[in-house]
Amino acid sequence: MLKLTRYVLYDILRSKIVIAYTLFLFVVSFGFFQLEENQSKAVLSLLNIVLIVVPLISMIFTTIHYYNSYEFIELMLSQPLSRTRILLSEFTGVSLSLISGFLIGVGVPVLFFSFNSIGISLLLAGVALTLIFTSLAFLASVKSRDKARGIGMALLLWFYFALIYDGLVLLILFSFSDYPTEKLTLVLSAFNPIDLGRIFIMLQMDVSALMGYTGALYKEFFGSGNGILFTVGIMFLWIILPMFAAAKIFKNKDL
Amino acid sequence: MIRIENINKKFKKLQALNDISAIFNRGQVISLIGPNGSGKTTLIKSILGLVKADSGNIFINGKQINGDPSYRSQIGYMPQIGRYPDNMQIGHLFRMMRDIRKLSESDVDADLLVKFNLMSIFEKPMRTLSGGTRQKVSAALAFYFNPAILILDEPTAGLDPLSSEILKEKIMQEKKKNKLILITSHILSDLDELTTDVMYLQEGRMVFLKDINALRQETGEDKLGKVIARVMRDNKKNSLWIDEVLAMKSSD
Repeated sequence: MLKLTRYVLYDILRSKIVIAYTLFLFVVSFGFFQLEENQSKAVLSLLNIVLIVVPLISMIFTTIHYYNSYEFIELMLSQPLSRTRILLSEFTGVSLSLISGFLIGVGVPVLFFSFNSIGISLLLAGVALTLIFTSLAFLASVKSRDKARGIGMALLLWFYFALIYDGLVLLILFSFSDYPTEKLTLVLSAFNPIDLGRIFIMLQMDVSALMGYTGALYKEFFGSGNGILFTVGIMFLWIILPMFAAAKIFKNKDL
Repeated sequence: MIRIENINKKFKKLQALNDISAIFNRGQVISLIGPNGSGKTTLIKSILGLVKADSGNIFINGKQINGDPSYRSQIGYMPQIGRYPDNMQIGHLFRMMRDIRKLSESDVDADLLVKFNLMSIFEKPMRTLSGGTRQKVSAALAFYFNPAILILDEPTAGLDPLSSEILKEKIMQEKKKNKLILITSHILSDLDELTTDVMYLQEGRMVFLKDINALRQETGEDKLGKVIARVMRDNKKNSLWIDEVLAMKSSD
């Protein structure tokens, strides 16, 4: 499997997109650390960028890459290679390149300016989000044969997780404000990886006031230790399950 | 070598393959002929496992194909449209393929690489190649591993006359090595000297699979195009397509 991944990786790294992504992240992170006096405030601003940009780029890049390598995948399939192996190699290649872009772009400035548990958890959350949204994007692109539809679906998913979901949660909480909804909130936040990422980092900081409503409840309910374990577990599921579904669909797909 | 039993495949409403059964043996060069959308490529893709048939079985060397990809190491496939990773160099591609099959440089058949002069542009990335050059790469790749079965989907489309001739010569050579070769093409004159058997498909149905010499005798014609035309006309069904082909030829 690694053999194939190596070639996928090599191909991606030679296209300029990942390099541009790395540079963008680097400039933004560096800028935040320069502008803000308070390092943890800078990390917080960076967090908001990471939570929006990383999922978006991961999804779009993955879908475009998938459709561009469609014929190549077809060629691989005519070789003595199993479908699962091909898809997993593609996944590994894409996610590795995006993760390395992220770790250089955000990781290096964080190492310089804010090398502490908050900085590290920001990096971990970024890596996890990259993996999750790459996995989701593979599911979206495997499901639809048409390129425009695949990218549209990926964008819609991103839009949903990044913007719509929080609104929906707030709406639910608001309309049921007469009832005890804490547990419901906790369950709901597990269904949004971006929320989970935010909570994961927020649990490291002591900034309850800055948390979203979901995040605040989260901390109250779990306390830091268990909360982290829980978020990590759920995030892991978010990586595995879409990829598992994608592999299953891909196995029975006509090309 | 390849045994196909009652294959059916439906794409939404379109019946792409309709109860097709056939046996292909070593030493045969099978021409898959039929109008566009008659199911030629779908049949090829089912053999390769790229398309999963709704019902029916395909056996390669007596082994049914179901998930285990290892049988594909005996097949060389040249697709209709070969596209490769943009930034990959030609040399890289061939090295990767060797890597996948765990073969060293001495085990492979680089004949076409040499004849198509691809060695000299090994450093070129795929995205800079013209359609014809890509086609050459696909051809060289199909023959690279000396497979017992060759499946060529429109091999000469897009090739210049010289390269097309080189490719045909190569196919002839492989034919002599007692391999099974499946070719689809719309350029019937290209198939003339290669073919041993003709499989004619129309609307997903196999109209016939016959020895070329038997066909020639039956029809009294020599050229493949005319043979097919005669058969179709005698059967008085669906003769439209081949009539059009011949009408176009004569108007050229």
